[in-house]
Amino acid sequence: MNLLEISKLSLRIGAFEALKGVDLSVNVGEIRALVGESGSGKSMTALSIMKLLPTGARTEGQIRFDGKDLLATSEADMCRLRGNEIGMVFQEPMTALNPVKTIGEQVAEGIRLHTGATRAIAEEQTRAILDRVGLPSAKFPLSRYPHELSGGQRQRVVIAIACALKPRLLIADEPTTALDVVLQAQILELLQSLVDEERMGLLLISHDLAVVADMAHSITVLRHGEVMDNGETAQILTEQTHPYTRQLARASMHVPERSPEHPHHAANNGPLLAIRDLSRTYPGRRIGLFGRDPEFTAVDNVSFDIKPGQSTALVGRSGCGKSTLARMVLALDRPTSGQIHFAGRRIDELTQNDLRPVRQNMQVVFQDPYGSFNPRHKAERLVSEPLFLIDRELSAKEKRDRVDRALERVGIPRADKDKYSHEFSGGQRQRLAIARAIITEPKLIVADEPVSALDVSIRAQILDLFADLNDRLGIAYLFITHDLAVARAITDTVMVMSEGKIVEHGKTDEILLHPRSEAGRALVKASPDLHKALARRIGEQG
Amino acid sequence: MLNYISKRVLIGILTLLAASIVVFIMLEIVPGDPARLMLGMNATEDAVQALQQQMGLDQPLLTRYFSWIGGLLVGDFGKSYTYSVPVLNLITERIAVSLPLALISLFLSTIIAIPVGLFSAARRGTLADSGTMGIAQIGVAIPNFWFALLLVYVFAVTLRLVPAGGFPGWNAGLWAGFKSLILPSIALGLPQAAILARVTRSALLDVLGEDYIRTARAKGLSRRKVLYRHALRNALIPILTILGLQFAFLLAGTIIIENVFYLPGLGRLVFQAITQRDLIVVEGVVMLLVATVILVNLLVDLSYALVDPRLRGRS
Repeated sequence: MNLLEISKLSLRIGAFEALKGVDLSVNVGEIRALVGESGSGKSMTALSIMKLLPTGARTEGQIRFDGKDLLATSEADMCRLRGNEIGMVFQEPMTALNPVKTIGEQVAEGIRLHTGATRAIAEEQTRAILDRVGLPSAKFPLSRYPHELSGGQRQRVVIAIACALKPRLLIADEPTTALDVVLQAQILELLQSLVDEERMGLLLISHDLAVVADMAHSITVLRHGEVMDNGETAQILTEQTHPYTRQLARASMHVPERSPEHPHHAANNGPLLAIRDLSRTYPGRRIGLFGRDPEFTAVDNVSFDIKPGQSTALVGRSGCGKSTLARMVLALDRPTSGQIHFAGRRIDELTQNDLRPVRQNMQVVFQDPYGSFNPRHKAERLVSEPLFLIDRELSAKEKRDRVDRALERVGIPRADKDKYSHEFSGGQRQRLAIARAIITEPKLIVADEPVSALDVSIRAQILDLFADLNDRLGIAYLFITHDLAVARAITDTVMVMSEGKIVEHGKTDEILLHPRSEAGRALVKASPDLHKALARRIGEQG
Repeated sequence: MLNYISKRVLIGILTLLAASIVVFIMLEIVPGDPARLMLGMNATEDAVQALQQQMGLDQPLLTRYFSWIGGLLVGDFGKSYTYSVPVLNLITERIAVSLPLALISLFLSTIIAIPVGLFSAARRGTLADSGTMGIAQIGVAIPNFWFALLLVYVFAVTLRLVPAGGFPGWNAGLWAGFKSLILPSIALGLPQAAILARVTRSALLDVLGEDYIRTARAKGLSRRKVLYRHALRNALIPILTILGLQFAFLLAGTIIIENVFYLPGLGRLVFQAITQRDLIVVEGVVMLLVATVILVNLLVDLSYALVDPRLRGRS
């Protein structure tokens, strides 16, 4: 008998059918991946098991945990199971912990609830589990509050809460999606070892096939609430008999076609963007009337060039200074020292007014397109927003033509001009963001994690679009990302950033194959890679 | 922390100073000469001038401002034009009524509103929730003087449990004084409780949508335990904000209720002082209220830090 056995699980929320007859099982000691794109019903499956669905949700079918039908179990009995026999880890570590309670309280709470242990004993156990997840109490006392920890550390606390009582089933819902690749590798390794030690069953929910290929024994692929494919990891991913699995696998390894010789490179001799000895320091926190913490150097003496039409990746872990550097390039932040030259002109000392013509040639695409659109404006107005940067006054017709052309270039039908941003899908919204960036016909686009919030198939399309615009319009890119797959797919050169410095700079292929710096090696090693993971898995199985 | 408090106190003092200037100038601008008002319409010009001189009203503006401020600093609020007694005595007399009244009302409001808010939030969308919030809505809407009259009719006139109005003074005994404050406190406190209950409910519902509530549920905590252990403390900030505002209102904004119950409170004192152009009394009371509001705000801010560790000075 399997530890968890879901059969014909259907879920309706109002009129929406979230799950349609899902079958799924997890064995003792097994890692089962549940893979699918957003809206496929992955999280809903997990919440069905926990019986923590939103109000108004109606379930049908069976969820058997250790032989017991959970759907028929009372709420009081579910409370006894949750956190005790079934633990759950969530996607967003930054918000998953109560900000007004110490980490010690939050871990001990579940222990005391289920075991009735005294405060002292619960604290002892809390210390032990926090130590196990890599937060030794000598460095991370129980009296710490969540805001005093980083994202990766918080996720460790969440895992400690879930695993404190050695549950038999652990559900991890995208546990590393919000973390950078190095942290992701650490957290996955931790989950793996916890599962191995205690022979837990793990239901690992992920959109990332590469992560799953590395971790899971078996895979269930979900789409629109239905199981598409199901079986052993190596078999499913190597044979790819199901068309949807094949589509997912291809999309996640997708590399856009780019013309090898960029005609734009040769056209111009000077660099488009030249950064010289750029630094940005922040004053330390005030700790008394006169005292201050030492100042913090976010960007430390950075120099590099980007040629016209060149696509450059800036990679590094979270907190390495990537975004600060990007903000200075975009003239949203002033450097403490150093110079920024754009198209032969020094821009770091210009006033906002003088920057306007510069901004016309330099646009930005953000990670979350939804957050960067005014929800009350229609697509036409959203896309035409940067047109005020253009020196001369445009006629209404010229504006319309420009919007039409930009939309056409990113593949959005003209008829959609009158829609609001919430009427577009995630991928279309990112297309809109790109349309807004290219409407002034810029020479450089700075893109901050532009595809990391997108599903793999949409991500592949957007990468194609970036490649295409680079080919056709000769736009240079500065891609800020922690995802080496993106860098590999779309850039000519890579800069590795670490602790405010650029520690490595060179051709993309070379650096990603043979990183020389320590930070580069750490990134490459931690990056999930579908090919490598499969090769390893097949090798293990003989 | 100490640093923060001393900074806040300094800002408080500057605010008080600014308030004193505004109050003084405002009362200079409003029409109506205190001396003429005191002597009546038929008084001779000479008599008015003599009185003005006696009251110091003929002095230049700055001189009068500084002598007033200088007095305040040493606890001398001046002498009332109409009552001819020190303003400070008037104020302390009235505060002996207004402060207990405000505190009892606030206490009532809190002990009713927070349980009701919790009750409603725990039953979101049910009949019990909409029923409770419907009653709260009525509580917000009905005028408190009407409610006060209703209370008087039921509890004083019909049931004869408590006096209908007036205040015998604390010298008449603690219980006698308290008894005469019961109805006014209810009349003031219940509408405040209705507001606070609605705020509590919506703050709790906001918090209940947070990710960490789901984490707590996944730990095995029941809905009720999550509400008390995790949601309530996170919902306290908006609740404390409203409580601070309510206290300031209850201390001086209660003039109608004071009139209904014939209570000699601060509200009536200010009202009478304004109609009689007893400017020095108005100035004194307003300064006291400003100081109270500043103090309450400081306390509210400090309690924020008590509730939420993210707001504590990380020293």
